[in-house]
Amino acid sequence: MSTVDASKTSGPAPVTDNYLTHTRGVWSWLFTLDHKRIGLMYLVSVLGSFFLGGIMALLVRTQLLTPEGLIMDQDQYNQVFTLHGAIMVFLVIIPSIPAALGNFVLPIMLGAKDVAFPRLNLFSYWLWIVGALCFVLALFTGGLDTGWTFYTPYSIDTGSAMGGVIPALTGVFILGFASIFTGMNFVVTIHRLRPPGMTWFRMPLFLWSIYATAIIQVLATPVLGITLALLAVERAFGIGIFNPALGGDPVLYQHFFWFYSHPAVYIMILPGMGIISDLIAVHSHRHIFGYSFIAWSSVAIAVFSFLVWGHHMFTSGQSELVTVVFSFITFSVAIPSAVKVFNWLATMYKGTISWNTPMLYGMGFIFIFTIGGLTGLHLGTLGTDVHLHDTYFVVAHFHYVMMGSALIAFIGGIHHWWPKMTGRMYSELWGRIAFTLVFIGFNLTFFSQFMLGSQGMPRRYASYPEDAGFQLYHILSTCGSYVLALGFFITAGYLIQSLIGGRRAPANPWGGRSLEWQCTSPPPHDNFAEAPTVGDCYDFSVLRWDENEQGYVWREDVSHPANEAHT
Amino acid sequence: MSALPAHDMPPLARTGNLPRGKLGVLLLILSEVFFFGTLIAVYVFYIGHHTGGPTPKDVFDAPLSGPTWQPLAVSFNSVFLLVSSLWIVLAHRALCRGATTAFGFWWLATFACGSVFLAGTANEWHGLIMDDGLWMGTNLFGSCYYTLVGFHALHVTAGLTIMAIVFVLTLAGKMHQRHAGKIELLSWYWHFVDAVWIVVFTIVYVIGWWGAA
Repeated sequence: MSTVDASKTSGPAPVTDNYLTHTRGVWSWLFTLDHKRIGLMYLVSVLGSFFLGGIMALLVRTQLLTPEGLIMDQDQYNQVFTLHGAIMVFLVIIPSIPAALGNFVLPIMLGAKDVAFPRLNLFSYWLWIVGALCFVLALFTGGLDTGWTFYTPYSIDTGSAMGGVIPALTGVFILGFASIFTGMNFVVTIHRLRPPGMTWFRMPLFLWSIYATAIIQVLATPVLGITLALLAVERAFGIGIFNPALGGDPVLYQHFFWFYSHPAVYIMILPGMGIISDLIAVHSHRHIFGYSFIAWSSVAIAVFSFLVWGHHMFTSGQSELVTVVFSFITFSVAIPSAVKVFNWLATMYKGTISWNTPMLYGMGFIFIFTIGGLTGLHLGTLGTDVHLHDTYFVVAHFHYVMMGSALIAFIGGIHHWWPKMTGRMYSELWGRIAFTLVFIGFNLTFFSQFMLGSQGMPRRYASYPEDAGFQLYHILSTCGSYVLALGFFITAGYLIQSLIGGRRAPANPWGGRSLEWQCTSPPPHDNFAEAPTVGDCYDFSVLRWDENEQGYVWREDVSHPANEAHT
Repeated sequence: MSALPAHDMPPLARTGNLPRGKLGVLLLILSEVFFFGTLIAVYVFYIGHHTGGPTPKDVFDAPLSGPTWQPLAVSFNSVFLLVSSLWIVLAHRALCRGATTAFGFWWLATFACGSVFLAGTANEWHGLIMDDGLWMGTNLFGSCYYTLVGFHALHVTAGLTIMAIVFVLTLAGKMHQRHAGKIELLSWYWHFVDAVWIVVFTIVYVIGWWGAA
């Protein structure tokens, strides 16, 4: 019953037993079955990878300050941008929201004690670690210079026989299984462990997006896994399925690769959209607008995601008919995406907006995602794509979506649930300063790349002609990346500082209504003594600000569902 | 409206009553469908596009590797695999009744039939490699054939390994009526391996043989 008492009466004094202090010692973490600890371990691992991938990004940007390249030769440059891409995609963005934040939040949002298969959950985490170690191995066995897409036949021929390609392929294969198992776990959890009163259309929207994501993870990841396994076999045993020298077809590889990797883009963005749906509603203190439209648009995006892979291959020699069909379906993705954006804006309209750091990230997301989404239409248009294909315009577009949207949502989610995860509040002032730097730095870095791309600067080049007029934009872009990095270092600084000197977090610092705000910060080991009963998780009228608590509590004149459940 | 007290809340409408283990295995099978689907797509994509011999007609038509026409030999093997699906159902039913001896009998029958199938595949591969000189790197047909049939054989091997463990547990008297649920999950996996074989057989030995240049 600690959960109910805590939400009503507990002051700033900490509740003694929580999941962080429940058991002690390294082993109690490494072999924990607690979804909250597994989520936290994922979070630390993902952020570690983010640091590595970020360093690579800064090296790439620094190289391009001058036309002849500042710090690396071309081979090193190839390796650095490949590792930047591969680490950021496979080790950071794909697991970031589902595996790290999802693991922590999903069971609590459902009022459950854990996910459906806790052992499988731990197994996924360890698979992830093994996969990540394979990437480290690739670094030491000759590096990887194929680009994160491993396009054949280059990826069959490059480097020495063992080189870095086979370890990296093994790594992605293993990470794929971690992703599949996490997806299975979440689907079953959402199907089987919802509490009394929580129908499908009463779930927080974050859960809808995680559900749609999990379905894609289960269905699309196998295609990538088997394709990369075939590629590894080609290198190891000289078979020729994708090798034109032996009669194979490299375009077939591209089909399979994008059959996974385009849905993977939605594995990255859908959970971000889910987080934003919850952030916007909670920090605007207003009921989400168009709940069922947002929920169904997640499902629609998941379905469309399987039908648009060919738009990565407009210039690869597919038939014209296929190209036109893919272009057309690609445009239809804009509809569910726009449905979400308009609903978020309508939620904010006449809301009581709290300018908290998570909300700033939420609004930053809407701005950046709109640009990222609209430039996607330029690329989906056949005529313009032929000009823009493989230029910095594409680079800028997918960074607006994958970095500026998915990762910004991830950072926003970290800020939103940080008090819940750690039991501490961070400095709002520094949070706002860091957000400003991140937002300005991001747009400076990548908006200039739209200019570069439309003027014809190709991606993946270590140098560029002096008289082409590219250098100014490259300098702007590089300066932006330094500002962005500064913003992230400040973020890391104040978040770590909050662990030591931060104010103790109340159970409900933002006024959230979903179930995770009903248990203490940090939550107890088994989340809820009994499955709580839930109502409309976007009706904030039952909450009021409490000065003593420094957080939101239930209004005295409305009945408390958690209390009523036991009377 | 959310301020409704709990007793005013409509009860949770649970859709279906599939326990979580079954749902998990269903998702695993769905995932496997896409694993196999990719390899089958590769195989179909390259039917009739193989460069250099031996072609499917070369190896399947002439009974080089044995006394019988090869697709016939493979059909013979396939019967064992399909029949084993029946035995595993009988085994599961026996365990549901608590008849552990009968369970052990049918379980062994399943295992034996699966093993015969696997031995048949091994024999077929032996013939292809030794007599026809066809291996993975020989030509595109070899690459497609060994990856697809090999991936299926891998699944049969995995199934047989788990079955062997369960059989040892049965001999040790550790299998009881309460394990029937887990055995049912295993049987679902085995049925899937069977069903995929029907598709693979049709693609490789019927369509692939008939469509080969």
